[in-house]
Amino acid sequence: MAASTLTPGPANAPAADTRWLAVCPAERLVPERGAAVLLPDGTQAAVFRTHDGALYAVDNRDPFSGAQVMARGIVGDRAGEPTVASPMHKQVFSLRTGACLDSPGTGLRVFEVSEAESTIRLAAPAPVGGGAAR
Amino acid sequence: MRELIVVGNGMVGHRLVEALRSRDTDDQWRITVLGAESRPAYDRVALSSRFDGAEEDDLLLPDLTAHGHVDLRLGAEAVGIDRENRTVTTADGAVLGYDALVLATGSEPFVPPVPGRDLTGCFVYRTLDDLDAIAAAAQGARAGIVVGGGLLGLEAANALRLLGLDTHVVELAPRLMPVQIDEGGGALLRRLVEDLGVNVHLGAGAAEITGAAGRVTGLRFAEGHPLGAIGADLVVFAAGVRPRDALARAAGLPVGPRGGVVVDSGCRTEDPAVYAVGECACLDGTVYGLVAPCNAMAEVAADRLLGGGATFPGADTATKLKLLGVDVASFGDAHGSTPGALDVVMNDAVGRTYAKLVVSDDAGTLLGGVLVGDASRYASLRPLVGRPLPGDPLELIAPAGAGLGPGDLPDDAQVCSCNAVTKGEITTAIDEHACTDVAAVKACTRAGTSCGSCVPMLKTLLSAAGVEQSTALCEHFSHTRAELWEIVAATGVRTFSELVAAHGTGRGCDICKPVVASILASQGNGHVLDGEQAALQDTNDHFLANIQRNGSYSVVPRIPGGEITPEKLMVIAEVARDFKLYTKITGGQRIDLFGARVDQLPHIWSRLVAAGFESGHAYGKALRTVKSCVGSTWCRYGVQDSVGLAVELELRYRGLRAPHKIKAGVSGCARECAEARSKDVGVIATEHGWNLYVGGNGGFRPRHAELLAADVDTATLVKLIDRFLMFYVRTADRLQRTAAWIEAMDGGLDHLRAVVVDDSLGIAAELEAAMARHIDNYADEWKGVLDDPEKLARFTSFVNAPDVPDPSISFSVLREQRVPTDPAQPVALGMPTTRSAP
Ligand code: SRM
Ligand SMILES: Cc1cc2nc3c(=O)[nH]c(=O)nc-3n(C[C@H](O)[C@H](O)[C@H](O)COP(=O)(O)OP(=O)(O)OC[C@H]3O[C@@H](n4cnc5c(N)ncnc54)[C@H](O)[C@@H]3O)c2cc1C
Ligand code: SF4
Ligand code: FES
Repeated sequence: MAASTLTPGPANAPAADTRWLAVCPAERLVPERGAAVLLPDGTQAAVFRTHDGALYAVDNRDPFSGAQVMARGIVGDRAGEPTVASPMHKQVFSLRTGACLDSPGTGLRVFEVSEAESTIRLAAPAPVGGGAAR
Repeated sequence: MRELIVVGNGMVGHRLVEALRSRDTDDQWRITVLGAESRPAYDRVALSSRFDGAEEDDLLLPDLTAHGHVDLRLGAEAVGIDRENRTVTTADGAVLGYDALVLATGSEPFVPPVPGRDLTGCFVYRTLDDLDAIAAAAQGARAGIVVGGGLLGLEAANALRLLGLDTHVVELAPRLMPVQIDEGGGALLRRLVEDLGVNVHLGAGAAEITGAAGRVTGLRFAEGHPLGAIGADLVVFAAGVRPRDALARAAGLPVGPRGGVVVDSGCRTEDPAVYAVGECACLDGTVYGLVAPCNAMAEVAADRLLGGGATFPGADTATKLKLLGVDVASFGDAHGSTPGALDVVMNDAVGRTYAKLVVSDDAGTLLGGVLVGDASRYASLRPLVGRPLPGDPLELIAPAGAGLGPGDLPDDAQVCSCNAVTKGEITTAIDEHACTDVAAVKACTRAGTSCGSCVPMLKTLLSAAGVEQSTALCEHFSHTRAELWEIVAATGVRTFSELVAAHGTGRGCDICKPVVASILASQGNGHVLDGEQAALQDTNDHFLANIQRNGSYSVVPRIPGGEITPEKLMVIAEVARDFKLYTKITGGQRIDLFGARVDQLPHIWSRLVAAGFESGHAYGKALRTVKSCVGSTWCRYGVQDSVGLAVELELRYRGLRAPHKIKAGVSGCARECAEARSKDVGVIATEHGWNLYVGGNGGFRPRHAELLAADVDTATLVKLIDRFLMFYVRTADRLQRTAAWIEAMDGGLDHLRAVVVDDSLGIAAELEAAMARHIDNYADEWKGVLDDPEKLARFTSFVNAPDVPDPSISFSVLREQRVPTDPAQPVALGMPTTRSAP
C-alpha cells in the first residue's frame, strides 16, 4: 500500500503498535479538506490530505482562539510550503512543521500520519514535548 | 488602572486617545473624554466638504469607544479644574477625578470687536453646527460677506458661493492668504478667485456691520474706502482664532503672550499631571493652527503618558490646499525672511500658475516656496526644505521642467508631514513589509492617512522601489478578481485546479480559494459543496452556517422582507427550544439561532426545510436581507407596498454570490423606517414609483447610499437593480462593498449611472441575462445538502468518532439562554514538535 509521502518510516507502521491510532478509511480523507480526530487523551487532531496526496496532521486547536477548528481551515500553500489557515481569524500555519507563519513563536503540534491497508493512522507525538495537555 | 481625563474631543483630542489606546497594550489608562460639542469628533479640516455634498457621517472620525476603556461624554463641557484635588467639574455638575489631565480644547474663532457683530445673520466658521446655521440662513438670502481673506475665509467664501450667494471677501491685508503666500502668489490667487465670481476687497477694514430690526443688512468699510459700504444678508467672521485657554487660566496655569497654555517640549504644563495639546497649547511661544503640528503634540503626549520620552519634533507649517478649486501651497520660509535668501520666481500669467522657490544666498539650499495655480510639485519640493538643491532651481519649477525624482530626496526627508514620516521609513516599510500598494504603506507607516497630499509621493516611492503597484489577488494569482471573473467566463474553466494550473502558481490559499469559489458560484456552477468546490469554501460556506467564537455555528433561516407567519415563528421557536439554541432577533429583521454543533446542523435544517424555510445565506458573501417597513400595507403614511417589493427583491436575488455581502432595504415613504439608505441597494417609495439608491453601508465607515434613479416604476427598478448587482459581482474587488467599489471607479457614481441606466458600455442586456440565469438556477443550498448523503457525511464531529459530540464545546447560562463558556480544556501545547520517523 502507498506509504505516507512525507516520512518513509510509517509504511509498515504496525496497527498493533499502540502508538498508532486508526482514524478512518483512506477514501474518507478528501484532498484539501480536513477532518477532526478525537484522540484517546481527549485532545483533538486535524488530518489533511493535500492535492499531491501527502498526508499531514496537526493540532485541531487554534492556539489564537482556543477553539477546536483547525480541521475546518482552508488548505493551500505559501511559497511552496503546504499550509492551513485558521477558519477563525485566518492565521496561516505550516502543515509540515505546525509553525504559525504569521506569528512566529506560535504553532501547532504535528503528528505522524500513515496510510496503509486503506486506513489512515495517526501517531501521537512522543510524550516529551507533545501529547500532554497544557 | 489610572484615570486620564481628556478635555476636548476635537481632532487632536481624538488623535491623542487613538494614539494612547493603540499603544497602551497593558491597559494602564482608563480614559474619560469630555467634549463640549454634541457629536463625536469629526474631521474639521474637511469641514467645508459639507457644502460639496458630504454627509455629516462622512466627516466623523473612527469611533473611539470601540476600543474599550474609553468613556466618551458628548455635550459635556468642563467648567473647572481643581489641580490640588485633581478633579474636573463639568457644566452639569459632575466632578471627575484624574491621575492625568490633557487639555485639547482647541481654539475659538476671533470676532473683531466691530459694532454690529452680534446682529442676527452674523456667523463664525468652526463647527458643524456653525455650518448648518449658515446653510439655514442662506435660504432666501442674496448676498454674503466673509470677513477675513486667509485660509479659513476663502473656505467660507466658497461655502457661500456654493450656497448660491453673491459673495464678498473683506481682508485687511493687501493680499489674500497673507500668512502663507507672497505678493506674487497673492496677486494670481486674487485673479483666480475673482474669476469664480467672488468679490475681493483687499486692504479693507470693516468699520461696522450694519443692520435693521436686529438683522444684518451689510458692512460699512473703514473711512476712505472707495465703495463705502456693501449690502448683504449674512456675515461670516473668519478673521483668525484664539486658543481656548480659559479653563487653564482659571486653574492658574501659565499662558503665552498671545494666549495658549504654556507647555514644554513634552507637551506638559507647569503642573506635571496636566498636559495641553493642539491649538490650545503654546509651545516655545508659538500657538500652532494647523492639524499636522497639533497631531504631533498628541503623539508626544500619548508617548509621555506611557512613560516615554518623546519630544515635539518641531513643526512643519507647510500647507497645500485646493481653495475654490485653486491649488495653493506654501512651505518652509515662504516669505524669504532668512538673511540673504534669494527668490527664484516663475510667474506664468497666461498659464495662470505662479511658483517661487526661496533659496540660500549661494543658491545651494532650498529654504521654502510658494505655489499657486498648480501645486503638483509640492509633494516633491517640500521634503527638500533645508537641503541641497538637486539642480537648477528654475528648472525645478519651470512649466516643462525636469521636476524631481524620488532619488533626489535624502532618506531623512519628511514625506508625510501630517504624520511625521520620512522617506527612509517609507522605503524601509516597502522593503521589509513587502508593501505592494499605497494602502499597505499607509497601514505600515501612517503616511498618507491624514490630508492625503503626500499620496502621489508614496506612489512614486513605490514605483522607485521597483514595486509594480500590484493588483494581484495573492501570491497565487497575479490577476484582480475582475480579471479572474473574465478568465473563468471566457475559458469555461470550472475547477480551481485547472484555473491555478493554467493561470496561477502553487495551490492557492484562504484568499484566492474563496474568491474563485464565489466566481464559480455566481457563474452557475452547481451546489457550492459539489466536488472540488467544497475545498475552496471558507468554513462558513463549508458548513452553510456562521462560525462562532467557540467553534459552534449559528443558523439563520431566510425571512424575506422580515415578514413571517405565526406558524413559521413557532417552528423556529420549537427548533430553538429542542436544540437549546440561543435565540436573537438580528439587525437584519430575522432570527439567528446560535450554538449549534456541526453534527447538529443537518438535524436542525431538516426540521426548518420541512417547514418551508431555506438558507438565509447569513454565512455567505451573498445577498443577505432586504429589510422593509410595513409600508402602505399598514402604515398611514405609506405610498407603496414596501413589504411586497422587499419580499420580491429578496427572493429574486437570494443566493447571489458576490465580492462581499449585499444588503438592501425598501421603505414605504421618505420617513425611511427601513433605513434603506444605509444599504448597498436602497429603495424608497415616492408618490409616483420608487427612488433607487446605491452604495450605502454601515460598518466601520458608514456611508449613505446615493441616488441612482428617481421615480421609476417597479419593472424599471428591478431591471436597474439586476444590472447594478451583476455589474458589481463582475467587476468589484475581493471584499469590496458597493460603496468602496463605486468610490474606486473611474468617474464614480456618474460612470455607474452611465453604465447601469444609460447602458453606455452596451452590456446591459448581458448583465440582465446573467441575472436571469442566476434566478433560474437558484436552488436552496440546505435542501441540496439534506438530499445528498455524500455532502451530509461531512457534517460530523470526528472522522473517527462521528457520534461523539465535540467535548470542547460547552455552555453556561446568561439571561436564561445558553452562551459559550471558554473553549474547554485540555488544550494543546503552543510549540510545534518536530516530526520524526517512528
Ligand atoms: C447577527 C447580526 C447582529 C445581530 O445580532 O443583530 C450580525 C452579526 C455579524 N455581523 Fe453584522 N450582523 C448583523 C447585522 C448587521 C448590520 C445591520 C443590517 O444588516 O441592517 C450591519 C450594518 C449594515 C451593513 O452591513 O453595512 C452589519 C455590519 C457588519 C459588518 C461591517 C460591514 C462593512 O461593510 O463595514 C461586518 C464585517 C464584515 O462583513 O466584514 C459584519 C459581520 C458580522 C459577523 C458575520 C462577524 C463574523 O464574521 O462573525 C457577525 C456574525 C453573525 C453570526 O454569527 O450569525 N457585520 N451587520 C446581524 C445579522 C443580520 C442578518 O439577519 O443577517
Ligand atoms: C474650516 C476649517 C478648515 C481647516 N482647514 C485646515 C487645513 O486645511 N489644514 C490644517 O492643517 N488645518 C486646518 N484647519 C485647522 C484644524 O482644523 C485645527 O488645527 C484642528 O482642528 C485643531 O484641533 P484641536 O483638537 O486642537 O481643536 P478643535 O478641533 O477646535 O477641538 C477642540 C474641541 O474641544 C472642545 N472644547 C473646548 N473647550 C472645552 C471644554 N471646556 N470642555 C469640553 N470640550 C471643550 C471644543 O468644543 C472642540 O470640539 C481648519 C479649520 C477649520 C475650522
Ligand atoms: S417609512 Fe414611511 S411607510 Fe414605512 S413605516 Fe415609516 S412612515 Fe410608514
Ligand atoms: S502629508 Fe498629510 S497625510 Fe501625509
